[in-house]
Amino acid sequence: MQFDISQSRCFSIIAHVDHGKSTLADRMLEVCNAVDPRDMRSQYLDTMDIERERGITIKAQNARLTYKNHTLQLIDTPGHVDFSYEVSRSLAACEGVVLLVDASQGIEAQTLANCYLALDNDLAIVVALNKIDLPAAEPERVASEVEKVLGVPAEECLYVSGKTGEGVTELLDAVIDRIPAPTGDPDQPLQALIFDSVFDTYRGVISSLRVMNGVLDAAQPIRFLNTGTVHPVDEIGVRLPVNTPVKQLTPGEVGYLIAGIKNLDEARVGETVSTAAHPGTALEGYREPKPMVFCGLYPVDGDEFDELRESLDKLALNDASFTYAPETSHALGFGFRCGFLGLLHMEIARERLEREYNLSLVATAPNVQYKAFTTDGNMTEVHNPSELPEASRLDHIEEPYSVISIISPSEYIGTIMDLAQTRRGELQRMDYLSPERVEIVYDIPMAEIVMDFFDVLKSRSKGYASLDYEIGDYRTSKLVRVDVLLNGQPVDAFSTIVHTDKAYDYGRKMAAKLRELIPRQMFDVPIQAAVGSRIIARETVKAKRKDVLAKCYGGDVSRKRKLLEKQKEGKKRMKHIGRVEVPQEAFVSALRLDD
Amino acid sequence: MSSPYGTGAYVHIPFCERRCDYCDFATWTDRSHLMAAYVDACVSHAQALRREHPGAIDHVFFGGGTPSLLPPDDLGRIVDALQPTPDAEITVEVNPDSFSDRHARVYAASGVNRISMGVQSMDDEVLVALGRTHNRDNVAQAVRAARGAGIEHVNVDLIYGSPVESFRSWIASVSAALSDDIDHLSCYALTVEPGTPLGASVAAGTARAPDDDDQAAKYEAIDELCESAGLSWYEISNWARPGGECRHNQNTWAGGNYLAVGAAAHGFMDGARFWNVRTPERYIEAVSTTGDPVAVRVPQSLQDRYVETLMLGLRTRTGVDLAGWPDAVIQTAADLVDIGLLVAGGRSAPPNFDQSGRPSQTRDADSCHGADGQRFSLTRRGRLLASHVMSELASHLPDGR
Repeated sequence: MQFDISQSRCFSIIAHVDHGKSTLADRMLEVCNAVDPRDMRSQYLDTMDIERERGITIKAQNARLTYKNHTLQLIDTPGHVDFSYEVSRSLAACEGVVLLVDASQGIEAQTLANCYLALDNDLAIVVALNKIDLPAAEPERVASEVEKVLGVPAEECLYVSGKTGEGVTELLDAVIDRIPAPTGDPDQPLQALIFDSVFDTYRGVISSLRVMNGVLDAAQPIRFLNTGTVHPVDEIGVRLPVNTPVKQLTPGEVGYLIAGIKNLDEARVGETVSTAAHPGTALEGYREPKPMVFCGLYPVDGDEFDELRESLDKLALNDASFTYAPETSHALGFGFRCGFLGLLHMEIARERLEREYNLSLVATAPNVQYKAFTTDGNMTEVHNPSELPEASRLDHIEEPYSVISIISPSEYIGTIMDLAQTRRGELQRMDYLSPERVEIVYDIPMAEIVMDFFDVLKSRSKGYASLDYEIGDYRTSKLVRVDVLLNGQPVDAFSTIVHTDKAYDYGRKMAAKLRELIPRQMFDVPIQAAVGSRIIARETVKAKRKDVLAKCYGGDVSRKRKLLEKQKEGKKRMKHIGRVEVPQEAFVSALRLDD
Repeated sequence: MSSPYGTGAYVHIPFCERRCDYCDFATWTDRSHLMAAYVDACVSHAQALRREHPGAIDHVFFGGGTPSLLPPDDLGRIVDALQPTPDAEITVEVNPDSFSDRHARVYAASGVNRISMGVQSMDDEVLVALGRTHNRDNVAQAVRAARGAGIEHVNVDLIYGSPVESFRSWIASVSAALSDDIDHLSCYALTVEPGTPLGASVAAGTARAPDDDDQAAKYEAIDELCESAGLSWYEISNWARPGGECRHNQNTWAGGNYLAVGAAAHGFMDGARFWNVRTPERYIEAVSTTGDPVAVRVPQSLQDRYVETLMLGLRTRTGVDLAGWPDAVIQTAADLVDIGLLVAGGRSAPPNFDQSGRPSQTRDADSCHGADGQRFSLTRRGRLLASHVMSELASHLPDGR
């Protein structure tokens, strides 16, 4: 079918994890006969194993569908708060969104945040209440909640079931009726917005883009307006959803671009593509990705350092927002300090490294980026606690804050407020979305949410509370570095920057944990936690008294010799902290997050 | 390799009435129907070995399993087949339950002059927890039976450190054993071996593992009690009156030769370790068909010899002579002397011919008499940390062969 801009619609589906976005997308593909039934599999557009397992979308996919003489261009969005910039670029490529809400649950914090983003961009919003086939569905209640928080009249909400397909054609009709057609001038210089890029081993970078003005022609070299680089085009095409090459993409069209690019940094999300011959002006909103959360990643087996480096290289090819630089730890050996957009981003990267690249990794406790001001007025950015200038030169430390929004059934308000309070949160406001559901907003230090905040929130609210956060400003805080010493020697991997009030707690916990993990030595080993030269916690690993085999007679000799040789080999692999011999596993276990 | 203790023979009897919960030895409780054929196989294997090795056999050790389950005359047939020297030490491990006056008389007539009794504890509650069937009274009776028949040496084996055993109960066990007419005591720290009922219970969390500190304290108590009763330590887990040491085992620790008779028996001859097929059925079959029941034979490399010399020699009061060893090993030994785990010197081998006949007054200082330049032996604290000492020294041996 010939592309006609007035008969086209570009839209995204905004939904919370588990609210059924992928299943709904599957039904849309079926209604539009986009995928041969033999090739249809569940959650067709989610391509990574992790995405399918966790029910979240990390890399956006898109699809062009034909429905009642219209071209519907579905632009998928990443499904997590860490990728809000990517979400904003996806939305910039749309004229409207379908807000999908689970009718048995209600609107969630992150969905709301993305909806506000859509409203800010003047996008049309079509609300669909999903899972109406469930006995627990309460579409009327959820519709009134939507009306209250977004101002979309309750009667305009559509009722659908991604599972049974009920209401899907009505939803597609509404997309055509309520979302405006794209506009754009084919005679202007080319402006195409990249809203996603992935790296393919065989073809290089494959970017998803939307043409705003001008014409993208496969025969003409292109220029990236922010980085300034020029490339000949290998292939352009549309996703039906199978990649299908075309000669041209015109205003309002969504498609893909392959231009022999080897590095994702050159084709970042938010980049504007133009022609090399007649470059236009860059579209607004381009931003360099900035990592917010850092941690050290080390191979459990020191021999896997090279494999780790190669894997990080490959991972970065597919993730332009991920940074890494080599670092050395006395306790953990050679590894990398890695930067991530947020906690989930970090978790996913780790999981992919372990799963797809078959590595066994140790991660240090995650930390945020601090700004340390010395008495001479200089500022140092601190990515690793060990970089903190010594106390005598330190004037003050600033830490990043964030604004978090939590939506939860009102019965959990008490426990949630208690959690936020202990994490140094300052209550900003609290709004009832309905008598049963409330939105609570806090200013809170980033450092307090990067560790386990989300997990604790989930368990305190029996899984019902949802969280969204936005990066805020830097503020001065009373922060100190807690060091952990083994027999008087600091163990770098355990140093951490915490608020003064929590130093004692951390020190005590870590010392107690290590006391269980450090094997007994020939002498007593003190374990201390210290702030500067002040000892705040102490434990002792008592000297070993017995290490001897009960018997060794004729029949035991060969077996016992092998045991001794094994022990001798094990000795070589011990880490030495001063005179103390510690197996690497002890550090690994100590770094594992727990309650 | 020659040792001051001559050449020995180990005979394995793989039958038991029931299996103890901590036991990981090759033994069976359901094969008594094989006993007669098994004895025949041992006799013909022993005869064949003697044709091959016609030199003197200075000691024979019947281990198990429970050798006292065999009809006593059958045991005598195996002794005869081995043709030991007239003054050879001949030891039989017995279970107090299956050791009668008749056993004692027939054994003595067969030349058996040493009985080693698997007693484990003198506390009936602890015995139940270890899965043992005898009780305190059986033990005294069995010792009297041996003595009455004129058997010269009697050893009692004890096991310590079961979590149900109190310190007081342990002291009572050792004292009770020492009050019987014995000249040798072996005390073993209860060890959790994988593949045993005890190992499974500990892994499943239904039984507690022994506690190192508890076992260390109990070990120190044994050493005190034995020394004051006139039994000196001569190997980490063994104490004896002068002249009561087990020569067969001393030979093993000194790296001496010994033949292997019976299923799963291990031997060491002329620089090679070897062991026989594991099950009694396969042993009987191998002897009757090929005549060679050896399953595996491993020549000892130079590296193995160094490590085994350390590992076995350091267990004994004689210690190891490091003359000619790499400097790094000798230096490490000197460092271990500094921290009180080793002592320079050691009792000169063979200790059996000690003329004094009196127990020592001070334990570790005593080790020094007869010191030669590069000889080192363990202090009492060092004995409890022997594995650490051995691996420290071994880690300074050059790798490779």
